[in-house]
Amino acid sequence: METAACSQGAVILEALIETIHTNATFLSEVDGAIGDGDHGINMDKGFLKTRVVLGDRQVQLSEGLDTLGNILINDIGGAMGPIYGTFFIEMASACQGCESINRADFGQMLERATHAIEELGGAKVGDKTLLDTLIPANNAYLAAIQGDMDFKDALREMKAAAELGKESTRNLVARLGRASRLGERSRGYLDAGATSCQLILQAMADAIINLLNEHRRE
Amino acid sequence: MQRIINDPTCVVEDMVAGYQKCYSRLVLQTDNPRVLKYKNSPIPGKVGIVTGGGSGHKPAFIGYIGRNMVDAVAVGEIFTSPPAKTFYDAFKAADSGKGVACLYGNYAGDNMNVKMARKMAEKDGIRVETVIANDDVASASKTEREKRRGVAGEVLMWKVGAAMAAKGGSLKEVIRTAQKAIDNTRSVGIGLTPCTIPAVGKPNFFIEPGKMEVGIGHHGEPGMQVADIKTADEIAAMMLDIILPDLPFQSGDDVVVLVSGLGATPVMELFILYNRIFDILQDRNISVYRPYVGNYFTSLEMMGATVTLMKVDQELKEMIDLDVECMGLTQF
Repeated sequence: METAACSQGAVILEALIETIHTNATFLSEVDGAIGDGDHGINMDKGFLKTRVVLGDRQVQLSEGLDTLGNILINDIGGAMGPIYGTFFIEMASACQGCESINRADFGQMLERATHAIEELGGAKVGDKTLLDTLIPANNAYLAAIQGDMDFKDALREMKAAAELGKESTRNLVARLGRASRLGERSRGYLDAGATSCQLILQAMADAIINLLNEHRRE
Repeated sequence: MQRIINDPTCVVEDMVAGYQKCYSRLVLQTDNPRVLKYKNSPIPGKVGIVTGGGSGHKPAFIGYIGRNMVDAVAVGEIFTSPPAKTFYDAFKAADSGKGVACLYGNYAGDNMNVKMARKMAEKDGIRVETVIANDDVASASKTEREKRRGVAGEVLMWKVGAAMAAKGGSLKEVIRTAQKAIDNTRSVGIGLTPCTIPAVGKPNFFIEPGKMEVGIGHHGEPGMQVADIKTADEIAAMMLDIILPDLPFQSGDDVVVLVSGLGATPVMELFILYNRIFDILQDRNISVYRPYVGNYFTSLEMMGATVTLMKVDQELKEMIDLDVECMGLTQF
């Protein structure tokens, strides 16, 4: 059974931090079209602070995700602080104490994080929020492992569904959050949260796939 | 950007520091640098009044900390809800053991952060109840009132809730009167120019010269329509035509009127607007019980104004009339 070692937490965290930092301006631009244009700035602030707090330590995956989640909740605020903070904290507690994660463990992490966000914000698929990326990604991943696909292929399925989910927000009218005030005028633009969620899932999937490949070579 | 700032990412820190130096007779910083409180809070035997939200709305929110007003405020980044922990720390700073009324505006981030902060406070045995302001008529239809934003009407909600707390009301009574205040309050805004979050560096929306956004939100959220700028008298009539039918306000009603600038409109123009608002209300046999005209709840350097009406009965009049002392609103 393919597993990724939780002792490699720092590698996964760094991949998450790097993708948000590299795309900070892009995320703000996406947000600026129908929001207030600070999504990238706020996210970057939280992720960069996590980089400083973690330093060079070889943290366990659970500790790294928990640190990131707590920084987002306690220091960032807005709507995205509590949403992504909850996302990472739920993921962290789902893999707490694990030495490694297999495809079923990651499924648990994703499932718990998804449900917690649904409960917190009350959004559904089609409301033009990050759940338009997250829910299809979670469903695709679960379907893949139920179909006995291996860990890496299941992660690729998740990435593909996240990308499609993100793109689906372009044709949606926002029903929740600040952009919902725009009504029809929100159609034609990506949702910023759905966009950052796709980046996060992609970075996480790629980092785990790399770890699995390295593991095989050893 | 033509702004008087230092590091654009530190405007909130710099503003809070300056505010505190200026209002040290009223306001104290707490252990959390993003929570300010009234110097005498928590006041023994009094329900704590807490609010909070994104910055950029001066005097809201910290300008309403003071005597017979708000006890503690959670301060967020510009136009960004404060983190849950900040709301939680504000609850702790305000709680005397009699509970906390968190009176805030209907925004997705604030709703989530307050919800999480309440859970944290519950674990400490702090009772927190909320009233969520939704006075902005333009932000959703009357059948979807729960979706409407809170705007300048929040000031009147704080005034009423804080007065009930100051008079010794229980948490239940404070919540009831604050809810009653906002249920009887309606607002609408117009925007003439956009505003710029310093860290972003450019406006994130655009209003053509000669046009105005009717029903604009406090962060530049687009409103009901874009119209040509008209005379102040016509704007007054248009704004009242949106507000009055919504409650509806009727002949014989007494109202508190609050006309607030959005940041860059000269106060002179607010009085030009109020001049006509008063006359229209008089023509409709609606009496102005107490007017407030000035910059009460702004949106950075946006040009424009909000008009807020609160229908008042005897109880709300008593709450509105109580002495108050804070940066945003002082009356004796």
